[in-house]
Amino acid sequence: MHKRQTQTKTLKKVLQHLKKYWFLMILSILFAAITVALTLYVPILVGRGIDLIVDAGQVDFAGIREILKEIGIIVLATALLQWLMNTINNKITYQLVRDVRNEAFEKLQKLPLSYLDCHPSGEIVSRIITDVDQFADGLLIGFTQLFTGIATILGTLVFMLSIHPGITAVVVVLTPLSLFVAKFIAKRTYDMFRLQSETRAEQTGLIDEMVVNQKVVAAFSQEEEIMGRFDEINTRLESCSLKAIFFSSLTNPCTRFVNSVVYAAVGLTGALASVAALISVGDLSCFLSYANQYTKPFNDISSVITELQNALACAARIFELIEETPQPPEAPEALTLKNASGKISLEQVSFSYLPEKPLIENLNLQVSPGQRIAIVGPTGCGKTTLINLLMRFYDVNSGQIRTDGTDIRNLTRKSLRSSYGMVLQDTWLKTGTIRENIIMGKPEATEEEIIAAAKAAHAHSFIKRLPKGYNTFITEDGASLSQGQKQLLCITRVMLCLPPMLILDEATSSIDTRTEVRIQKAFQRLMQGRTSFIVAHRLSTIREADIILVMKDGHIIEQGNHEQLLSQKGFYSNLYLSQEL
Amino acid sequence: MKKLLTYLKDYKRESILGPLFKMLEASFELFVPLVIASIIDVGIASGDKGYILSRCGILILLGIIGLVCSITAQYFAAKASVGFAKQVRHALFSHIQSLSFTELDTIGTSTLVTRLTSDMNQVQNGLNLTLRLFLRSPFVVFGAMIMAFTIDFKCALIFAVAIPVLSVVVFGIMLLSIPLYKKVQAKLDQVLSRTRENLTGVRVIRAFCKEEEENIHFKEENESLTQIQKYVGRISALLNPLTYVIINFAVIALIHQGGIQVSLGILSQGQVVALYNYMSQILIELIKLANLIISITKAVACGNRIQAALEIIPTMDRLGTASAKSVLSQPGAQDVAAISFCHACLCYANASENSLTDINFSVKKGETIGIIGGTGSGKTSLVGLIPRFYDVSQGSVLVNGKDVREYPLEELRNKIGVVPQKAVLFKGSIRENMLWGKKSASDAEIMEALTIAQAKEIVEGKEGGLDYKLEQGGKNLSGGQRQRLTIARALVRKPEILILDDSSSALDFATDAALRKALRSLSDKITVFMVSQRTSSIRHADKIIVLDDGAIVGAGAHDELLTSCEVYREIYESQFKKEAAENA
Repeated sequence: MHKRQTQTKTLKKVLQHLKKYWFLMILSILFAAITVALTLYVPILVGRGIDLIVDAGQVDFAGIREILKEIGIIVLATALLQWLMNTINNKITYQLVRDVRNEAFEKLQKLPLSYLDCHPSGEIVSRIITDVDQFADGLLIGFTQLFTGIATILGTLVFMLSIHPGITAVVVVLTPLSLFVAKFIAKRTYDMFRLQSETRAEQTGLIDEMVVNQKVVAAFSQEEEIMGRFDEINTRLESCSLKAIFFSSLTNPCTRFVNSVVYAAVGLTGALASVAALISVGDLSCFLSYANQYTKPFNDISSVITELQNALACAARIFELIEETPQPPEAPEALTLKNASGKISLEQVSFSYLPEKPLIENLNLQVSPGQRIAIVGPTGCGKTTLINLLMRFYDVNSGQIRTDGTDIRNLTRKSLRSSYGMVLQDTWLKTGTIRENIIMGKPEATEEEIIAAAKAAHAHSFIKRLPKGYNTFITEDGASLSQGQKQLLCITRVMLCLPPMLILDEATSSIDTRTEVRIQKAFQRLMQGRTSFIVAHRLSTIREADIILVMKDGHIIEQGNHEQLLSQKGFYSNLYLSQEL
Repeated sequence: MKKLLTYLKDYKRESILGPLFKMLEASFELFVPLVIASIIDVGIASGDKGYILSRCGILILLGIIGLVCSITAQYFAAKASVGFAKQVRHALFSHIQSLSFTELDTIGTSTLVTRLTSDMNQVQNGLNLTLRLFLRSPFVVFGAMIMAFTIDFKCALIFAVAIPVLSVVVFGIMLLSIPLYKKVQAKLDQVLSRTRENLTGVRVIRAFCKEEEENIHFKEENESLTQIQKYVGRISALLNPLTYVIINFAVIALIHQGGIQVSLGILSQGQVVALYNYMSQILIELIKLANLIISITKAVACGNRIQAALEIIPTMDRLGTASAKSVLSQPGAQDVAAISFCHACLCYANASENSLTDINFSVKKGETIGIIGGTGSGKTSLVGLIPRFYDVSQGSVLVNGKDVREYPLEELRNKIGVVPQKAVLFKGSIRENMLWGKKSASDAEIMEALTIAQAKEIVEGKEGGLDYKLEQGGKNLSGGQRQRLTIARALVRKPEILILDDSSSALDFATDAALRKALRSLSDKITVFMVSQRTSSIRHADKIIVLDDGAIVGAGAHDELLTSCEVYREIYESQFKKEAAENA
């Protein structure tokens, strides 16, 4: 019951999206109905034509010519309508796909980071790409086949009844047999298919894990062990695949056999009726071709229904994404942060990702313009949480964060975020040219500005050496660049816009130490007069900071400058001394 | 693809019998219109009910024979294709196991995974379909034509014209749309990667307030995908209407011609019905054939990719029989050296320049060697030569005085514990992961290794201890925990040589220091190579080797290097600037 309800709901939403194509839809249905009727009419005409060919000398050529002319016109009309219908259906489907994708993508830009952080990106991508495709395909195939299928069945019934009710009864009674046969086989093979896909998933898992890490396998000489495990699964897969494939492939021969029985039965009753002069030979030929046409939609219907259900399931997943609560909208009276001085204060801030796991509690922090704040702590201590709050990727649970005296929730996100320059731990570059990546924060930058920024970030020399310099095209993961080079590009990006506040998240951890020296120099220049939050491992950075925040397990446990913290002889001083071991 | 088919040789019988039975089924189907014709011409004409009944009995009999033939064929086809797939999968997987790092680098592992999984499934389906349908469809098409010729020559000529025209239309549309579908796929990939990119880079995009701009880009790409989809759609939408027209015009011609022949007394009415039925059969089979050919082209493309992977020749001889260029491995003075590099150079495949140039040093048993240098200076390449991940392009590397190329690969690698830069663990219990180091290790041995690696507390903190199940890639552990476990894994085998390739990068200072202390207590038994970017990690090493751009620019103890090696001093000062300044 519940499942049905969600299906109806989803269906309603689908129809809502289809609303603007209502005219095309009606046209499509109309064409489909006409096409089916005309297609079914042709065998009758052919039958009549055959009736005019009785025996030597008993052929009515004038009559035949008339009928053939009629067939010709009908066939051409049918073909035209069919093409139009197909084209319209394509148009509806592809535009629907486009609409839904656009909607989903727009939604993506508005979803809170808390949603995106806890849903694997692969899953969201597959909703927007695969699910939308399957939904549209399923809808198209399902809708057209279901409609034309039912129309064909009904039409055939009407035409057959008009010729001879008795033979029609034979067809109607026998045909559903094939449906039962197909259902029976599908039911019996379901478990075999499940076993097959489970085994296949197991094998893919092993392949994925081992081949991707082949170097480790080789380093530990585990080749034979792994081969043994692979072969064991491979043998199991062979036997369950064989069963699944063989038994499911029985469907076609079996339904075909049912069809031949129907065909023979129609042949028998038809011929007997013809002997009794109840129908003509042409009618018999007509019946025989109907017997074929009637069974096909019957065989298809069960698969069409699964297709439709699958399409609805996919649609439900997409709508779930589209209807996810977006981040709170901008307050109407939100202010624009202009020329931020870099004064930040955190007042009684509490925050946690999960209500049952309190993380930051009652944090107070006063940052004057131009101060440096180092965030220190073991890996995984939640250093990025603070950054999430400062840039309002997440909202505080209680308390407030003020920038230049204004609660950041009363500022536009755009103005707040563009006042920050950020270099994250995992460098991210977008597909595009190097230049496009650099000017992200300042699209109107001139060539001189770009080069100056690149020089300041020590990126100019390697960019120059790339095949097309600043116009070199890089892909998503920037595979052609080294980790260090990618990081230099991210730094250049910030260098170019020089925002009043900086967030540097272990920014230089994967650049070799010699390059780092130069970058640090550039950063010193960059940080001058700018409030900076630095997540750092380097002692020199930490020691020079105005405030050090020591974090452990998500909590800020110590706060103060280097000397103060050392004299506290707490966690920080331990950490510091261990470096000197 | 051709060579791949040799894996069918165990299934010769099945792959011949399958199509044969399918053909048999088809030929029985071709009899049906003839039986109907005789019902009309003999049964109905003479009003012989018994005759009609017996003919309908024959129809059912034909159906039963068809069913039996077809089930037999399905079985053989399934058996051959599944067995074939199993053998190819085995061959490919075992081939991948024999590849050396050089080949893995050039091909990339992710494409190998695709070839083993989705490509393989495509090939299996393609083969199965081929065995089932490839003979059947053409047989029905041509069979129907031949049957038509046996009935009447003049009417059959209509078939002879209609079939080629139909084929041209069906295959023409197919050929036209296949490349277009590839374009659609490429566009779809674009849309996909933009979506993924927006997810992985969401913080950067929002930090730079690029949401609107991304929306616009996405819409543009999405629109151009829609346009090309509609274009392809319009072309492939032609298929059904066109074939419908051709077949029905052939039917018109057939009835017209049939009328003439009947009026001349050459044909009977029933025979005209039979010809009409043959015509209908042809259309269905041609469409099936076209779909089949699409699946086959896909399968062949996948098959070719698999074959290409199978044809990669491993460049490394695993048995160590290569009586190496051991001229260099003779000098007697190196007998005591546990490891020595003799003028070793390394040039990666497809690289134009050497990654390592003239590396020359030797190490005594039990020494700890630190290796330091900037990114890309060749640190990882250097230690990779010892377990023979790569072969030197010049010079040689000796372990216990013997060229590494003279050892059987497994024997060499069993002497060495490697902790790679990227901490990779595998799905399974912690114990199973530790046993990679040494198959026969006892729990006590494992715990000992874990203690040294500072990983004991991780195991103790987990439910089930050593039986704690790791997820794929060890995802349910933090980076630092994974790293410590990989160190323990290498220690379990009590290696002669331990290689730590920047293996403490994810550890905090305290743990790193404790680890180094524990390793030092072992070091008279094992020779340790420690790659690092931090001088603090290696400053106590017996010997530090400083690399710059693939060459050794300094070698010696910490204090020596501070005075003699400028690169080393620069690195050190960048990390201990203030301290150094104070000392001065």
